[in-house]
Amino acid sequence: MGIAAPSVGLGQGRQLRPWHWPQLVWDFLRRWPVIPVAVLAMLIVVAIFAPWLAPFDPVKQSLVRSHVPPVWVTHYYAQNPEVETHILGTDRFGRDVLSRVIHGARISLMLASISMTTGVVIGAWAGLAAGYYGGLLDEFLTRFVDVWNAMPFLLVALVVSVTIGQGIIIMIALLVALTWVGMVRNVRAEVLTLKERDYVALARVAGASDLRILLRHILPGVLNLLMIMASLRVGGLILTEASLSFLGVGVPSHIPTWGIMINDGRQFLATAWWVSVFPGLGIFLTVMSMNFLGDWVRDRTDPRLRQVR
Amino acid sequence: MQRFLLRRLVFAVLSFIGATLAVFSLAHAKEDPVNLFIKEGYFVAPEVLDNLRKKWGLDKPLLVQYFIWLKNVGTGDLGRSVQNNRKVFDIMKERWGATIQLAVAAWIFGTFIGIPLGILSALKRGSFWDYLARGLALFGQSLPAFWIGLVGILIFSVWLQWLPVATRGVGEPFFQQMKHYILPSIVLGWAPMAAYLRLTRSAMLEVLDSEYVKLARAKGVSGTVVVWKHAFRNALIQPLTVAALVLAGFMDGAVLVELIFAWPGVGRVAVEAVTQNDFTVITGSVLLFTAMFVVFSFIADITYVLIDPRIRYS
Repeated sequence: MGIAAPSVGLGQGRQLRPWHWPQLVWDFLRRWPVIPVAVLAMLIVVAIFAPWLAPFDPVKQSLVRSHVPPVWVTHYYAQNPEVETHILGTDRFGRDVLSRVIHGARISLMLASISMTTGVVIGAWAGLAAGYYGGLLDEFLTRFVDVWNAMPFLLVALVVSVTIGQGIIIMIALLVALTWVGMVRNVRAEVLTLKERDYVALARVAGASDLRILLRHILPGVLNLLMIMASLRVGGLILTEASLSFLGVGVPSHIPTWGIMINDGRQFLATAWWVSVFPGLGIFLTVMSMNFLGDWVRDRTDPRLRQVR
Repeated sequence: MQRFLLRRLVFAVLSFIGATLAVFSLAHAKEDPVNLFIKEGYFVAPEVLDNLRKKWGLDKPLLVQYFIWLKNVGTGDLGRSVQNNRKVFDIMKERWGATIQLAVAAWIFGTFIGIPLGILSALKRGSFWDYLARGLALFGQSLPAFWIGLVGILIFSVWLQWLPVATRGVGEPFFQQMKHYILPSIVLGWAPMAAYLRLTRSAMLEVLDSEYVKLARAKGVSGTVVVWKHAFRNALIQPLTVAALVLAGFMDGAVLVELIFAWPGVGRVAVEAVTQNDFTVITGSVLLFTAMFVVFSFIADITYVLIDPRIRYS
């Protein structure tokens, strides 16, 4: 018989070979959201330094440079040596696609962060109030949220843009209107259980005011939930922003956003596919990283919520 | 159950009123709608305008106008289009079939691809199939539907020329016509497919890990029986309950997909009406969309009870 070499029984085999570094790197990548964070960090840097990073002016038009193909279409550049190199090509008006994608990151991230923060704050307060005070206020708020959810959002947004007008502020308002309702229900449900806890009752006995109880004792309990919801939904918010821009709602068309760029290239898909395709990849990278990060935050902080889509 | 039904009814009525009142007042807020009748550069006598206002009921206060509209809706009269004087009801009747067809086609795609792939990826966790399925889900959740649509047109219609570019292909032979449905339904159904896939996968993994499945395995029940008889049926509860909600969610996506594929549905009519400020058509289509949402979410609530015996409405 002899003594058998220690094998699987002592662990998962690979732990016996700590120098097996590809496995270690793989485990590390699976455990920590390295790639999404790296992509998002890159996007944020690009967004902040857009004017310095972009090779061309994103709004400068030049009809002689209309629909210049990306850099790898070498025969075009060979035939037209006088044309400056546009890495991702140009659109109908000769605007550089790469510069516009870079500036689009700026607009997208700014709109998403502002409207998500505002939406979370409003939604959290509505949910706190509905759950804590209950009664008529609760009834009114939950009904309101139900009705709001039943509205066809894109159509209402279209009507708003036609009647009220276009602008960054209107876009933010629309996105906030979409975000806050999604928070109310979950926050309210959480508050309903929190307010029955003993420590809340004790705080009330000790003479704490409603505001103090809400801020010091209940709000910390829902912060976690808020963070999870915000990180899970910010990706969807960027998609909505792109859809609205694509429809021509909200942001005026001279500002380069990814949705507007995709719409710009729609008519010329067969001849100049790059105008529409690259902004979409920008959206994909951003939303994918945010979704990954959201999943990670959720799994890390609250395993109970794993079932939530 | 009766109380639940009553509450749903109140909710439905409130939703209709909320949605239409919002859109109605927005659509009237912009400008005097009689301007729609005047061609630019023409002079129209004020008396004519007054007559027009009277004819369309625009001389009354906004709220009164709304209630008149509401009363007419009760009798099935949605008013007439400002653009072409056709009955809004007729326009909707003509178009909503196309929207429903698209939604159902997309729903079939989402369900019959999403659920089997979800099961496969749970059963073969960590395999190639698992990664493929999760990759598909990832694309569905991270890409805007209109972009998938455009790239789909570019690849399959422009470059490969396998599929038609747009429209519903009315009048073509059956198989040709079916080809028109492929891209739009995939584009609209991709995101729900991703949701189904993730839901089914996580439900299946959870059930496979449960005590009763372990017991069945320990008793020596064969692998296939465990999967299909014990695990599958329980894992299906969650995806099925969201099925109707997914249909309800299509109403928003339909606007974009109809626009890209020149699909003659309600969504496109609505978008065109908005750009022309055709307020009767706008409110009519918003009413229809809200109605569809309310109906589908009602069906969702009912399926909860039917499928999951643990839920009771009382």
